[in-house]
Amino acid sequence: MSINAKEIIARRIAKELKDGDVVNLGIGLPTMVANFLPKGVQVVLQSENGFVGLGNTPDKGLEDVDVVNAGAQFVTINDGAAYFDSAMSFGIIRGGHVDVTVLGALEVDENGSLANYMIPGKMIPGMGGAMDLVSGAKKVIIGMIHSAKGNPKILKECTLPLTAVCGVDLIVTEMAVIEVTENGLVLKELAPGININDILRETDAHLTIDDNLKTMDIL
Amino acid sequence: MNKIISIDDVMEHIHDGMTIMVGGFMGVGTPEIFINAILDKGIKDLTIIANDTGLPDRGIGRLVVEKRLKKVIASHIGLNPETGKQMNDKVLEVELVPQGTLAERIRCGGHGLGGVLTPTGIGTLVEENKEKIVVNGIAYLLELPLRAELALIRGSIVDKVGNVFYNASTRNFNPLMAMAADKVIVGAQRIVEVKEIDPNNVMTPGILVDYIVGGEKP
Repeated sequence: MSINAKEIIARRIAKELKDGDVVNLGIGLPTMVANFLPKGVQVVLQSENGFVGLGNTPDKGLEDVDVVNAGAQFVTINDGAAYFDSAMSFGIIRGGHVDVTVLGALEVDENGSLANYMIPGKMIPGMGGAMDLVSGAKKVIIGMIHSAKGNPKILKECTLPLTAVCGVDLIVTEMAVIEVTENGLVLKELAPGININDILRETDAHLTIDDNLKTMDIL
Repeated sequence: MNKIISIDDVMEHIHDGMTIMVGGFMGVGTPEIFINAILDKGIKDLTIIANDTGLPDRGIGRLVVEKRLKKVIASHIGLNPETGKQMNDKVLEVELVPQGTLAERIRCGGHGLGGVLTPTGIGTLVEENKEKIVVNGIAYLLELPLRAELALIRGSIVDKVGNVFYNASTRNFNPLMAMAADKVIVGAQRIVEVKEIDPNNVMTPGILVDYIVGGEKP
């Protein structure tokens, strides 16, 4: 189920990306988005360790130890790529030169605030580039499993230390697409086979149901 | 002036309790020869400023595992579980800094600036004890410069006057750190004659580099 759920999320997020967008994908589920770009859509992927033009995983035996992504995995670069140092990398991020970032989350709330970098006393990986990405990217999309085994992650207010206040624009889960608006969260789409009650059961935030509620396109 | 020295000579410049910047990102672009030497010589109580604490068997991660550090200033410690464990056990102090802010603080330290205003971290734990400054209606945090006594960086190609070329994603924090420390030592994967690096391709000018040590593995 979980592999399938992640693929649903990645497929749906891929449809948000426009031809020519500069995109930063977080490690893990967000990285999968690159596998499902619609036909005719080419994006430039930014890797916060210092380049644009991130390409595919190299074939076995063709890895270059100097070419890795921000998760220290071997990658390739595409034609037209460019390397730079960490100050420029984050100048690109903070300066509004990244059109879309896709990140995972532990919690998101009604204001679009996000928690994804620590669980005090338990798990403290650090924020890495996430705080800069949320404050700087033009559009912030959260891709995450809707709930933690039934326990809501979409909340009235985040309980964990925040990564950013009011930074999120869109939440995509395996069950729904939810937009963050000035008037709170709006349920825009439901995954096939999911009904509104399923969503409400696994969500602890006020949701406005869009007049034009659609079925998620995950093909 | 001959800048090329042996790894044994380097160790005269590294002492217990020092504050050291170490280049690299998850071990990529980290000068492993210096990590090896610090481990061999039993140097301890270091304060390390770096992007991350590497992996347990790679980069700065090995210094953490061997308990050589007193404090770490970094943006990410998640790929080395030992760092989080020592932090929770209160044997290692960890200051987490957003990655872009870390880069800018180091840049400020090396560029003679008094600090930088960034929107990153507003409304989060990062803003604790920091001055907030509003410019044109937008709130920023005042982030202060970082400097170190020593920077240990890694160059892919280094010429004999210390001009450095960093290949691909090994560049990351290295050129920033080369500006921000009292003493800068580069671990070179390849040392070449002067003029073999086109001046157009020099990423860190040799005037910033005090010593060069060969022997960095690819």
